[in-house]
Amino acid sequence: MFTGFMTNTWVAGTLVAIVAGVVGFFVVIRRAAFAAHVLPLGAFPGAAAASLLGVNELVGLVTFSVLGALGISHLARRERRDVATALWLAVSLALGTLFLSMTRQYPQQVYSLLFGEILGVSEGAMISVAALSITAVVTIGILFRPLLLDSISPELCQAAGGSSRRMELAFLGVVALSTAIVLPVVGALMVFSLMVGPASCARALTDEPRSAVLLSVGLALATVWSAIALSYLSNWPVGFFVGALGALSYAGGRIYRRFAPAPSSPRAAAAI
Amino acid sequence: MTGMHMLLGLIFSPGFFANAPVRTALLVGGGTAVASAVVGIFAVMRGQSFAAHALGDVSSAGGSASYLLGVSPVLGFIGLGVLAAASMEWADVQDARERDLVTGVVLGAGLALTALFLYFDTTSGSASGAVVAILFGSMFTLPLSIALPAGIAGAIAVVTTVTLYRPLLLSSLSAELATAQGIRVRLLGFAHALALALAVSLSAMTVGAILSPALIIGPAATALRLVDRPGLAMALAALLGLSAVWGGILLAYDSYYWTPGHGWPVSFFIVSLVFLGYVGVNVAPRSRAVRTAGHATGHHAGCAQD
Repeated sequence: MFTGFMTNTWVAGTLVAIVAGVVGFFVVIRRAAFAAHVLPLGAFPGAAAASLLGVNELVGLVTFSVLGALGISHLARRERRDVATALWLAVSLALGTLFLSMTRQYPQQVYSLLFGEILGVSEGAMISVAALSITAVVTIGILFRPLLLDSISPELCQAAGGSSRRMELAFLGVVALSTAIVLPVVGALMVFSLMVGPASCARALTDEPRSAVLLSVGLALATVWSAIALSYLSNWPVGFFVGALGALSYAGGRIYRRFAPAPSSPRAAAAI
Repeated sequence: MTGMHMLLGLIFSPGFFANAPVRTALLVGGGTAVASAVVGIFAVMRGQSFAAHALGDVSSAGGSASYLLGVSPVLGFIGLGVLAAASMEWADVQDARERDLVTGVVLGAGLALTALFLYFDTTSGSASGAVVAILFGSMFTLPLSIALPAGIAGAIAVVTTVTLYRPLLLSSLSAELATAQGIRVRLLGFAHALALALAVSLSAMTVGAILSPALIIGPAATALRLVDRPGLAMALAALLGLSAVWGGILLAYDSYYWTPGHGWPVSFFIVSLVFLGYVGVNVAPRSRAVRTAGHATGHHAGCAQD
């Protein structure tokens, strides 16, 4: 399980979990689960288009997920955010269906793109995946304070000279980048499970933003590592384990919240 | 007269109306479009795009399980769709701030099941096409026997929404006002969620699970841009949805003749038509009526978003 071709899987899985854990924290406090679900699904046609044109899959994924971030924030100017997101989803998936029917991919390949493939990252792609992961995590690190402020109170952020619109775009951009990293391993449909599950549990366990991010990364690592191991042992799809463990972490956080004392300080309570 | 015939012959490729799968698709797809559009108006007004999408995905778990168990897909899709709607509505009542998260988690759990069932479907070898059929739709392979149960489900969704039109409208605009009027808002929420689940499961079955929100949200959002009154918007949305579905079926059928031997997916045409309609309405020169409608939706957005 830890030798040869599986080494790549463990390294890629670890990178994927770190990125998903960090970005997931902001997905949860910004209540952006829908966008975090739609961007990966919107990137999925990118993979299909890449195989149609014979270019690197990662290029297709990055292009389409960044297009998605721009598309959603453009549509959201004149429409409610959730409607804009749903419309973007519809368009990109329609394209995905078309590309798929043209490439005549085997059902097995379509399935891997949607529900994950533990051998999804090749040795050649590893360097680009690592570079993208570092970019995503560093961007979040730089934007940490303004993004946190904007997530808790857009008015305060504007008063401090920030722009909520620009923050939203930057945030969607980071989600788009992370999507391209996470998608090949856990699948388009399960990316957001990995972002939302561990992060929501971490948020329930602690009120302090920095420890919540660290905890979220830890839980995401535990989720990905167990999903890879279980998938390897049982031969069942890795997406199933990611989704199930994600839901379990959320339930765990919920149960803890029910029996735990109320948040201590008002500032912390506002962050929830 | 011959000119007319030639024109019709160009639009409707030979055998369009004589083809049994096409007739079934027109029937079931049309009914789905109407039910989705009617329910969709309230889904848009109540900010339930994510919920609508999640229900579609979760109902696909039922669809993929039905292949495995050998029961009717209608039963699978609708059973899980209704179950998911009930659990989301219940969690929403518990804590409304968590709505986005709960929807996401229900969606994630549902998709995990879909992943597992589809894996069993494909490895057992009984239905290797199940992945594409369930997720992206397979209108032309719908059996005619599906028409009756699908029709009943659609009718329940439409009748529920139309009967509850006034209280639903009031509670969608202001839950406080509705409560003050003695309306049981929670019960109403459950009834609407049930109607939504039925409509979404139907569209998941026809255009595919991950494309189903297009039929719910697209025509409704377009209609709400055009007219002010929700009742009128409902009728307009039904018309728009119906044209998109029928137009999509027609184009998909014709596409067999554009690229010989290889048709384009019907879901692609339907969703593209829906989106083109939406873009068209937004780009077209804005008349006074459109401005007021846009203003009204903008106002709702301000109230409902946090």
